Amino acid sequence: MNQSSSDWPLWEVFVRSRQGLSHKHVGSLHAADAGMAISNARDVYTRRQEGVSIWVLPADAISASSPVDKDILFDPANDKVYRHASFYDLPDEVKNM
Amino acid sequence: MEAMNLNDRFEDYIAADQKIEAKDWMPDEYRKTLIRQISQHAHSEIVGMLPEGNWITRAPSLKRKAILLAKVQDEAGHGLYLYSAAETLGVKRGDLVAALNEGRAKYSSIFNYPTLTWADMGAVGWLVDGAAIMNQVPLCKCSYGPYARAMVRVCKEESFHQRQGFQIMLNLCHGTDDQKAMAQDSLNRWWWPSLMMFGPNDESSTHGEQSMRWKIKRFSNDELRQRFVDMTVPQAELLGLTVPDADLQWNEKSGHYDFGAINWTEFFDVIAGNGPCNKERLEARNKAHNDGAWVREAAVAHAQKVKARHSNQTNAA
Repeated sequence: MNQSSSDWPLWEVFVRSRQGLSHKHVGSLHAADAGMAISNARDVYTRRQEGVSIWVLPADAISASSPVDKDILFDPANDKVYRHASFYDLPDEVKNM
Repeated sequence: MEAMNLNDRFEDYIAADQKIEAKDWMPDEYRKTLIRQISQHAHSEIVGMLPEGNWITRAPSLKRKAILLAKVQDEAGHGLYLYSAAETLGVKRGDLVAALNEGRAKYSSIFNYPTLTWADMGAVGWLVDGAAIMNQVPLCKCSYGPYARAMVRVCKEESFHQRQGFQIMLNLCHGTDDQKAMAQDSLNRWWWPSLMMFGPNDESSTHGEQSMRWKIKRFSNDELRQRFVDMTVPQAELLGLTVPDADLQWNEKSGHYDFGAINWTEFFDVIAGNGPCNKERLEARNKAHNDGAWVREAAVAHAQKVKARHSNQTNAA
């Protein structure tokens, strides 16, 4: 067998920084399997209490939206102002709503 | 026509200080510049482990040894953040590492100087990491998102590196005459190579102008070098050490220190591979890579075995 480190698959790393917060993408690393990816992620991304939980995901398992579709996907939200609370004028007597 | 629009949009993004992300369209030259800069930066972190690794087993106390180990581990981590950022641009880490090991890639010239005494652990932390911070802080605002985010992480850790180095110098300078002399000797050897870390003068810098336009770089080499001198000279005075530059003096008018001419022949010579330790550094990198080959192979074999066993069990069920 003639494997090199470049044959270790790429993993994307997500870290929960504190209990109560969601996992956030922090970067990537190479590892032979998920277990090794977690140990390596611990050493690379959480040496100073940056996290309490780690997710690793094979990079090729991620499907992402394309930047080209940004307008189609996200623009319509702008003209649907009625989705925002501030669209509705209410009498001043209604205090906390 | 389409390409024009993409380029316009890219330029608009840059002008508006927006971050470019991995999947966004970018000009080929922008991508190439980033790959070159980020991978050289990563290589510098990795090779940068060697001069300090040299003193781990000979650190003067357990405390200093633990600190030095943690610092060298950080450098490895910085290298990995940066390789990770470079990979978002579509290059493979294996190829980048191969380029380094085969001597085709550049890394910071400073790491081709030897660490001869314990005081060098002080000077490297204080001056080399100090210069690195000066270079790296503006990179946190670099226009390429993954690089900028990696730099935020690096900069958070780098200040520990500089402070531990300055503390080593401080202890030596408060010690015996021999210890203080050792600190002075170390400053004498590291001062000029540290100033060279900022790269060639602006008028002879090859990539500077375009990188500034693309907001990869925010300040020129000479600006950053001047800031470093202005910041560091008072620190040397505090230590009671003499900066080895006869032309160094405070300029009341400009509000900066004037300093002597840098020996650029030496700089380009070291870059070209003829520094005191270039050969040794590359040999050490290659040895580590080759000695670790069986570990990488074993890990892949193990992962495949576990996977096969798992799928056999699933099939049997």
